[in-house]
This record gives sequence, structure tokens and C-alpha cells, in this order.
Amino acid sequence: MAVFTRPRQAFVIAGVIGLALSATACGTGDDKKSSKAGSAECAAYDKYEGHDGKKVSIYASIRDAEADLLERSWSQFTECTGIEIDYEGSGEFEAQLPVRVDGGNAPDIAFVPQPGLVKRFADAGKLKSLGADTKALAEQNMPADWLKYGTVNGTLYGVPLGANVKSFVWYSPKTFKEKGWEVPTTWDQLIALSDKIAASGMKPWCVGVESGDATGWPATDWIEDVILRTQGPEVYDQWTTHGIPFNDPKIVDAVDRAGSILKNEKYVNGGFGGVKSITTTAFQEAGLPVTTGKCAMHRQASFYANQFPEGTKVAQDGDAFAFYFPTIDPAKGKPVLGAGEFVVGYADRPEVQAVQTYLVSAEYVNSRAKLGNWVTANNKLDIANVASPIDKLSVQILQDKTGTFRFDGSDLMPAAVGSGTFWKGMIEWLNGKATAPVLQGIESSWPK
Amino acid sequence: MEFDFADQQPKFLMLMYGLVAFVLVVGGLLLLLDVVPAWFARRREAQLVAASVSGAPLPRRPRQREGIFALFFLLPTLLLLTIGLVVPAIRTVLLSLMNGDSTEWVGLRNYGFLFSDDAMVRVLINTLVWVLVVPLVATGFGLIYAVLVDKARFEAVAKSLIFLPMAISFVGASIIWKFVYAYRGDGDQIGLLNQIVVSMGGEPKQWLLESPLNTLLLIVIMIWIQAGFAMVVLSAAIKAIPGDIVEAARLDGVSPWQMFWRITMPSIRPALIVVMVTLTIATLKVFDIVRTSTNGNYDTSVIANEMYNQAFRYGQSGQGSALAVFLFILVIPVVIYQIRNLRQQREG
Repeated sequence: MAVFTRPRQAFVIAGVIGLALSATACGTGDDKKSSKAGSAECAAYDKYEGHDGKKVSIYASIRDAEADLLERSWSQFTECTGIEIDYEGSGEFEAQLPVRVDGGNAPDIAFVPQPGLVKRFADAGKLKSLGADTKALAEQNMPADWLKYGTVNGTLYGVPLGANVKSFVWYSPKTFKEKGWEVPTTWDQLIALSDKIAASGMKPWCVGVESGDATGWPATDWIEDVILRTQGPEVYDQWTTHGIPFNDPKIVDAVDRAGSILKNEKYVNGGFGGVKSITTTAFQEAGLPVTTGKCAMHRQASFYANQFPEGTKVAQDGDAFAFYFPTIDPAKGKPVLGAGEFVVGYADRPEVQAVQTYLVSAEYVNSRAKLGNWVTANNKLDIANVASPIDKLSVQILQDKTGTFRFDGSDLMPAAVGSGTFWKGMIEWLNGKATAPVLQGIESSWPK
Repeated sequence: MEFDFADQQPKFLMLMYGLVAFVLVVGGLLLLLDVVPAWFARRREAQLVAASVSGAPLPRRPRQREGIFALFFLLPTLLLLTIGLVVPAIRTVLLSLMNGDSTEWVGLRNYGFLFSDDAMVRVLINTLVWVLVVPLVATGFGLIYAVLVDKARFEAVAKSLIFLPMAISFVGASIIWKFVYAYRGDGDQIGLLNQIVVSMGGEPKQWLLESPLNTLLLIVIMIWIQAGFAMVVLSAAIKAIPGDIVEAARLDGVSPWQMFWRITMPSIRPALIVVMVTLTIATLKVFDIVRTSTNGNYDTSVIANEMYNQAFRYGQSGQGSALAVFLFILVIPVVIYQIRNLRQQREG
């Protein structure tokens, strides 16, 4: 039985076609932005000319306010060159990127925060090596260490973009001044200060490692910082590349040393409860009691400055600031732990290469830094363009050629360990499991 | 922030495209379903008319034509099933025999890993606990509720109360229950459970931290969602029991207890099995609750959650696929049981 009578059939067909036509009509109404090439303000972008109207897609984990800043930072570039940048940020970036790449739907460019992931894509032959211009500029502008993290089997795939310094302990300069506490510069002073604060009835430390999907990562930073300080950068490199096993006595020793603070009921966890509250406290909230006087210190990276509520003065003489996580063994130097993201390309069309070159250029890093809240290891960054005191301090540390810099170890390791068993192991460890079995478990999970 | 329609134009355009595509596909299909049989019917009519006019014997309904006609409707389904189900299933099985980045064959190593790794064994045990507890308890609750509330006053209200959680997504439900289990070290508890404990003079606890209690607490969430489903289906089955049977039993003087075990239970057996099977399969696949509440930490992970982690987050597609295949194997007997049961009913 026909549901529609014949005239109705004609009507339905006409309706469907009409709708389709009107939608396509809307589509063609899209206006093309033309470049303003040739004007004076665009002089700096001359070398990226010739790709007017082309599109480049970028995929990264940066979202919300940070993403707005990112898009503003290259607005001048898109206006002058006519290259349209289609940016997309995702909270599921690490899981979605492989799915998209394997599914043949790779973005042109991705900002990958884990060198381990860069290696995985490079090994699978998915990444394009950098263009000659980008490579030359990167070698000129970036420190050699940083380039090393973007290099796989001798080929440079990833250009470092943003960076952060992780070896910081947040504290309240106001509180320290009131109580007459000194900023410690050695591990022994740090422990002495912690004991003093604990005796005064306040919890010296607050820690939180809850981070949704990524719960556990702040604890791995603790371990990495301590290994760098007790064993030095050489052992650290062996450890991250599986040159020594995860349960090597040197690593056990470092983990136990971190545990002397993290698993000490007298020291943690200011305002949140006992040691076990560490795993369920969001890392974003964990350091806030520093400003309310419930705890005194919180070890976290430079980007933690953004977490303090509006009106908090983040400065050397303000409500919150950070000091360098003290050295343990003076013979091992003054190591700095940090991280950052790498620009990798899944396409090597000329306009994609132009964007990659631009992102490593002095123009870009300075225009991004001027918008605030951003640090890079790029040595073309003029420190005068960095406004916040903590970012200034971070840039000084990153540009200090005498310092030893090491990249976040868990990001260097294969994901199964670095963002899998290492994180999970730390959670078990903080919940009371002993050091040895935890490290043994992580060791046995290293992909063969 | 102000909402600027002009800025959002691409999104609206996308929405428009989606709507048009939907109308085209669904409308087109409806049209086909309408036009094609109508065309056949008209032809048949014309043939019949022609035959009756000329006085020739009536043409027989061409059997073969009907086969082609059936195939015409079957083909898209078969095609989509192949693309969407058969091919991925075969590919998953193949991937489960390969290493993490699918470059080498490793035989059954990934399956060995499933049963030897401590963390994995924990995952399997957790899944087993889920499958044992959720269908039994949810169906039990649903059944008791359905019986108690049957023909009571305000039956509709009482039923909708327990059915409401069904309307909430798993993720939403997990977030709600996360607040119930929330913990604050000192000061005011924001979690309902801890507030109750504190007001009764106890110490607040971190509920989701202690294994195996945490797995049971997550199971509570699933039961909360699914008991309503069980209740609705079973209640319908109870109402479908023929009135004369109940009346005859009453005349024979059964006690309520006998009524339940001798009349109600045997009558609703098929519905009970359907509910149990559906819940078992749903529970085997549970993912959202675990991922939202604990992300599989503190020994609460289950197969589906671990599968996602291994395949997509750790880049170990071999181990992830092995977990997927194992999950598939676990579901098969349940499905077979269900099919056999349906057949028996049809025959009986």
C-alpha cells in the first residue's frame, strides 16, 4: 500500500531537493579572506607569502582561554599571509590523535606534549620530516637539548613550541615573612623547615595528584625531580630510555626519598586529610591552601600560577610565589625539570611548512608571549615581553645556558608506562603499597 | 560572553548539512519503501486487468521476482553489517594476535598477558563481580518492587520514581554518585554518605579508595540505574498473567507466598530471563561508570575500560584487541542461551 498519494510523492521529492539546494547556496556564501600582503605591518611576514586562501588544520590539547590566546597569537600572520589556520583543541587529544591518524583523518599539524608519542608516530611512518627552512630556523632558535626531544632516529620531526618549568615549590611569601621562615636552598634545609612547620601545628606540604584521566602525573614529577637531584642527568637519561630497569636500587632510593615527604603523615596533606587524600585531591586545587595558610609548600610547575583565584598577587612579595626545588647533591649541579609541546606535521604542503616555520620564529614567540601566560625555550624570546614574574623566572631558567635541563621523564617513556603503569603505580604507592613491588610492577609492564 | 550568530555561522551550516543529509537519506528510504511496492502493485494490477480483458489465464505471481525484491531490501542491511560489524570483528581478532603497534605477529602472547598480569587478573575478577552482582540484585529489586507495588494506590507514581534514574545517562549518574561518595578531610562534608557517617558520630571515609568496597559502591550506581528497567518489564509481565488463573488460585485458597512462587514466578519466567540477559550483557560492557568515577584506579578497572586504555591511550592495540575479543567471547554464551530460550518458547 502506498502511504503517499502521487501528488504527495512529487511534493516530498520537491521538498527534499529544495532543502538540499538551499543548503548548498548557504555554503557558497562563505566569503574568502584576502591577504593584506604588501602593507607595512605585514613586512615581517613576507617570507611566508604565496599561499593565499590555503587552509592549515591544527589539533592540540589546548582549550578554552588558552586556546583563545593561541588563536589571537597568529591572527596577524593569517591576516597578512592569507593562510587560514583551522584550530581544534580537545581534552581527549592523546587518545583521539592516534585514532584520527590511523583513520586517515590526520590534522596537518599537531602540538604533541609527549616526545614518546612523537616517536610512536615517527616510527609508524606517519610524520613528515620538517622542511629545510623550518629545520634551519629551529636549529638557530632552539637549544640543542630541546631539539633532541623532537628528533627520532636522527630526523627532526618536532619543533618545540611552549614550555614550562616543573622544578618549582609554590609558597606564600607573605606567610613566610610573617612566620620568619627562610626559603630553603638545600634538601636538608627543606626538611628542617618542614619539621619546623609541622611542629608549629601547620601541615608543611599539600599535594594532589587527581587529574581525571591522567591521575597520578604530579607524583611522577616528584620522582623525576628527585632522581635528577640524587643521581644526576646521566642516570636520569638511562632511566627514561630503559637503560637501567625501573626497579634499579638508584630509583628505589629516589622514590623512597620522595616518599619521606609524600608519605609522611606529619607533612601532608594540608587542608585535605591524610596521605591517602593525595590521590583524590585534584591537582588544580591542591596548591590553593598555600594562600589560606593551611599548608606552607606545594611542588608544582610554573603553569600553576593560573590556578590561583583572581586577585591573588603572584610575585616575589605577594600572596603566592615559587622557589627552585632545592638541590640534594651539590655535585649533580642545579638540574631543571620541564616540559612543553612539539609541533609535528602530518602533511608537508608548502603552506603547512610555512606555518611550522612561523611557529618557531622570533615574531611568533614574542607575539604569543606578549599576550601573557606563556613561556618557551626559544632563545629569540625577548624577556621584556614576558609580564608575569613567575614566567620571567621560568624564562631565565630556560635560557640559562649553564643549567642542566631535562624533559619530563614520563612523557619520554612509551605511553604504556609513561602515562599508564607509572601513573597507576604512583597511585598505589601513595595509597600505601611499598616502593619495591610498585616499581617491580612498572618494570614488568615496559613494552617488549 | 555574548553569543554571536554570525561567528557561529559555520556551525549552523554544518547543522544544516546534517539535517539535509538526514532528510535525504531517511526521506529517500521512505520514498523508496513507498514507491517500489506501489510500482509492483500497479504492474500486477495492470497485468490482471489485461488478463481479464483478453480472457487469457491469470499470470502466476512470479516467485523469482519476489526473491529479488527481498534481496533489494536485505542488501543495504547486509552491506552495512559487513562494513560495521563483520569486518571490524575479523580485524580485531587479527590485531589481537599482533604486537602493540601492529607490525609483528606474536601469536597468543596478548592472551597470555590477560591471564598472567596481576593488574589484568584484577580487571577480570572485577568484571566477574559486576556480572554476578548487578543482574541478580537489579532484577531482584525490580521484581520485589513490581510485586509490592502491583495494584497498590499511587502505583504509577511509585513506579515512575524508581524508573526515573533510567532517564539519566551513565556519566551523569556517575557524577551524581561521585558527590554522594565525596570526601573532605576536615570541615564540612560535601558528600551525603560521609555526612551521614559523621552525623552518626563516625569518621569520614574515602569511599572510592578502598578495594573491594569501591567496586561494590560503583555497582550500586549501575543497580540504581537498571532496577527501574527490570521493574517496568517485570511489572508488565505480572499484569499480563491471565486473571482467571489468579482467580482460580484464590478460590483454591493459596497464601500470598504460594501465589508468588506457584503462580507469579512461573508466569513471568520468560520476562525474567530477558531482563537477566539484557542486564548481563549491559554489565559486561560497563565502561562509563568506571571511567567517570575512578578511571579504573584503586583496583576498580573492568574489561571495557582497560580495553580503551590499552588500545587508545597506551598504544597497545594488540592487548586492547585481545581484551575486546575476550569480552566478545564472554557475551556469546549469554546470547546463545537467549536464542535457545526464545526458540523453546516459540515451540512450546
